[in-house]
Amino acid sequence: MDIDALRAGQPRAVARAISGVERGGASARAIIAAIFRFTGRAHLIGITGAPGTGKSTLVNEIAKQYRRRGKRVGIVAVDPTSPFSGGAILGDRLRMQDLSGDPGVFIRSMATRGNLGGLASTTADAVKILDAAGFEIVLIETVGAGQNEVDIAKNAHTTIVVQAPGLGDDIQAIKAGILEIADLLIVNKADHDEVSATVAALEMNLNLKPMQENDWRPPVLKTIALKGEGVADAVDWIGKHRAYLEDNHLLAQRERARVRAELEMVVQRELVTRLLGGVNGSKVEMLVEKIAARELDVYTAAERLVQEKL
Amino acid sequence: MTDRPIRVLIAKPGLDGHDRGAKVVARALRDAGMEVIYTGIRQTPEMIAEAALQEDVDVVGLSILSGAHMDLFPRIVAQLKQKNVDDVLLVCGGIIPEDDLPTLKQMGFAGVFGPGTSTQDLAQFIRDQIGARAGA
Ligand SMILES: Nc1nc2c(ncn2[C@@H]2O[C@H](COP(=O)(O)OP(=O)(O)OP(=O)(O)O)[C@@H](O)[C@H]2O)c(=O)[nH]1
Ligand SMILES: [Mg+2]
Repeated sequence: MDIDALRAGQPRAVARAISGVERGGASARAIIAAIFRFTGRAHLIGITGAPGTGKSTLVNEIAKQYRRRGKRVGIVAVDPTSPFSGGAILGDRLRMQDLSGDPGVFIRSMATRGNLGGLASTTADAVKILDAAGFEIVLIETVGAGQNEVDIAKNAHTTIVVQAPGLGDDIQAIKAGILEIADLLIVNKADHDEVSATVAALEMNLNLKPMQENDWRPPVLKTIALKGEGVADAVDWIGKHRAYLEDNHLLAQRERARVRAELEMVVQRELVTRLLGGVNGSKVEMLVEKIAARELDVYTAAERLVQEKL
Repeated sequence: MTDRPIRVLIAKPGLDGHDRGAKVVARALRDAGMEVIYTGIRQTPEMIAEAALQEDVDVVGLSILSGAHMDLFPRIVAQLKQKNVDDVLLVCGGIIPEDDLPTLKQMGFAGVFGPGTSTQDLAQFIRDQIGARAGA
């Protein structure tokens, strides 16, 4: 890997490095080891929300705003892998055509490849590469998310949850899940009816939450992404959120939480591979047989595997 | 190295707005286990080459019905070269007269698929070609 080309933001080098981390294994680890000290500068902004709410269209507009403000913008857009064929249609880029031809923008589409949580398992690494390549803003679009795809909150400094009018009532707003991770709430498609009802339901939900003196209260914003309306305001709010994090020393805290979550995930993956893969394969098969035959319960079997290895 | 799904860019250069065929192909390649970056209609040569570059695809598939392929395809190939994307498999489909086949082959198109092609054959063609490259 040509680290100088990557740090200079040369698209070929960036694209190849992302493919490298997507492949995984030793070469992926080598790439991350080489670039790691150049990361940590970008503002990582997550965009999540139900399918079709207008996330990609909004990313297109947010990126245009940042370009006007002189920032280089990297984008990672995740779409789901089919559990049946292993294939995927990556269609987010289709909505971001305004950005083409601008060397200050780099867009990469990723498939989840079986990962749950709304991102690919290698999304965080792709983001690091864009960070090291000097993109000051990195926008991360999740898959069309439901109530459980909340991993983005651990990966971004600022999380935007996008809603569209008419998708649910106020009971939906108070359920656990995606609304809780929002630093900014955007009601997109404000050209539709029912916008004010959706905004009101979200405001009500926020008002139910007990607030401490210095807590961040997520603004509820309206946009028409198709026309770019309301987007400059949204980008101003992203800036305010960033300033809030910095002023309250929360950026460092979020960064630690993010790193801790990442470390846990990598350790988990590594342990699972070591305990269940390779020479241990036959041992695992034997245990599976025993459990299936009800000779051994699953906890005892797991305990044996772990004990033996550690 | 094909220890990742084959990545394919499906694009429609030119001005005609019919992308049903391109969507059918995109969907079929998805069902064949490939990751398909779908960029839709009215793509300029620059946009196609840029997407191929950033997405680091293995295959670029162009769909064209307008008859402008002998004008557009060389420009796309030139753009890809200029961006150093010199290792992608190029395929195209749509309405393309027999007479143009030799020129297209020379330009670097490994496969040219007419309207009657089965999508399974197309998927198999891509797999074989990518497999052969990996083995080489
Ligand atoms: N009327 C209206 N339509 C919009 C607006 N923003 C986006 N759309 C349309 O909504 C559709 C979905 O937009 P996308 O940006 O692809 O939505 P998405 O949330 O990225 O979709 P997924 O990635 O599939 O979850 C498209 O047809 C857009 O043109 C808006 O403000 N108003
Ligand atoms: Mg999208």
